[in-house]
Amino acid sequence: MSAHRLAPPSAILRHAVLLITGALILIPFVWMVSLSIKPPGEIFRASFSFWPEQFYGIENYTKALTNSPLPRYMLNGVIVCAMILALQIIVCAPAAYALAKLDFPGRNLLFAMVLIALILPHEVLSLPLFVLGYQVGILNTYAALIFPYVVSPFGIFLFRQFFKTIPDDVIHAARLDGLSELAIVWRIMVPMALPAIIAFGIFSIVSHWNSLFWPLIAVRDQSLMPPPLGIMVFKNGEAGNDYGPLMAASTLVVAPLIIAFLSAQRWFVEGLTGGAVK
Amino acid sequence: MLAAGSLAGPAFLLLIVLFFLPVFAVFAIALTDWQFGASSLSFVGLANFREVFADESFRASLVNTIVYVAIVVPGTIVLGLAIALLIESGKSFRAFYRAIHFLPYMATLTAMAIAWEALLHPTIGLVNQTLAGLDLPTANWLRDENTVLPVLAVIGIWQNLGFAMVLFLAGLKSIPQDLYDAADIDGADVWLDRLRTVTLPMLGPVTMFVFIVVALKAFETFDTVQVLTQGGPGHASEMLLYTLYRESFEYLRTGYGASVAAVFLLIVVALTLIQARVLDKKVHYQ
Repeated sequence: MSAHRLAPPSAILRHAVLLITGALILIPFVWMVSLSIKPPGEIFRASFSFWPEQFYGIENYTKALTNSPLPRYMLNGVIVCAMILALQIIVCAPAAYALAKLDFPGRNLLFAMVLIALILPHEVLSLPLFVLGYQVGILNTYAALIFPYVVSPFGIFLFRQFFKTIPDDVIHAARLDGLSELAIVWRIMVPMALPAIIAFGIFSIVSHWNSLFWPLIAVRDQSLMPPPLGIMVFKNGEAGNDYGPLMAASTLVVAPLIIAFLSAQRWFVEGLTGGAVK
Repeated sequence: MLAAGSLAGPAFLLLIVLFFLPVFAVFAIALTDWQFGASSLSFVGLANFREVFADESFRASLVNTIVYVAIVVPGTIVLGLAIALLIESGKSFRAFYRAIHFLPYMATLTAMAIAWEALLHPTIGLVNQTLAGLDLPTANWLRDENTVLPVLAVIGIWQNLGFAMVLFLAGLKSIPQDLYDAADIDGADVWLDRLRTVTLPMLGPVTMFVFIVVALKAFETFDTVQVLTQGGPGHASEMLLYTLYRESFEYLRTGYGASVAAVFLLIVVALTLIQARVLDKKVHYQ
């Protein structure tokens, strides 16, 4: 893009500014990791240095993993995210196929419902959903963490867009081969729409791994808490002002997504900003 | 068609149970005196809404949320756009810069809020140490009612600007080269001229989109309030979603909570309708 290209002095300026803004953006991450490897004495002596004089990382991380059920929180996060994503795909892909490729009464109504549901912020519906969970008797279980999200309007919308681009001939051929409509969804459409599925998967996992609001309402037992809620309890409880282990725990909660992001940047950016439609 | 029904049926039913009935329930509960766990209820009209709007803490919450959104949205758009323009103005290290600036958008905000609390700590935090080192005044950022909301807004901008940046980068890529060539012929040969005559006007639709999405996200701010301030000091950092949570689930004031939810819902729907209207009129200049 020659129209944008800058002369050499401006090119240096570009790097200078972006390095500064980038450094500012990274400060909270760097400070978190730095405190997580410092002994209490150094934390409270307040120095500017990133690296501690006495490396205390092993003690802090051991404390984070043993003084709180952090491994359990992470496991809960994995279970809940995996269950939500699996159910979302199971519910949304067939509906998206019907919307994209089949003609049936109520199709426009269903699509209108998807579009309306897209704009509803789920938090606002938390009170009725809480009452529903109570009536069904599933509060304070994994099911409570999962059920509000089993249908994703964004998932239906995204899959429908993608399925529409798959030629009808492919579907006709599959029908001639004797495949049922459901088999067409799972054996033809979903494999062909893999990029959309991956993008949606990233969007879903990032949202639910990071979510604090609904878990705070849905579960009370520490053994069921996903990482954000768990770390909040850790902060309010045992850890208190024991910054080292608290920062170690924060680092461990943030790390999986950051590592995944850095190794698949393009997919993440696509999944999370495609998710902007929501 | 039976097949279509069985394919779309589950999603249809779940949308009704998990989205549409709850919306009606929010308004229904808001119009009654029902308390969670009670077996009877009666219609009280708008009494809950009158109580909500008469309540000083709700009014503070509403005003704080609007102020917060009014800082976060322009801050995020201006910084996100500036960084996108800088990244796009050269070829080297694009992916690197994009990754760094995008990082906060996907990091777990609850955990990062804890890191921010350490940065903002009145005595051992990096922010006050740096300010003291430069002989500038320090503050107890999260416990001072004058600074707490702006500080939360800074965290909000920090978290969202990478998102705005990525959308602006996509918008910049889609601007056709001919427009720049035409601008060159018209004598817009300075970078700033091209920015003013081509780039910014062409980014109109993207900007509108970013505006609405970031505004909605800012309205729904909860994690930082819950972890860092609990709405305090006083009501200085109380925001709508936090009020909704506390009234509904800590104080168990069901009707009150439902009314806050209804107000919140109306704001969100209004914002989205504005978006649809503006996008309908096409903020295009092609």
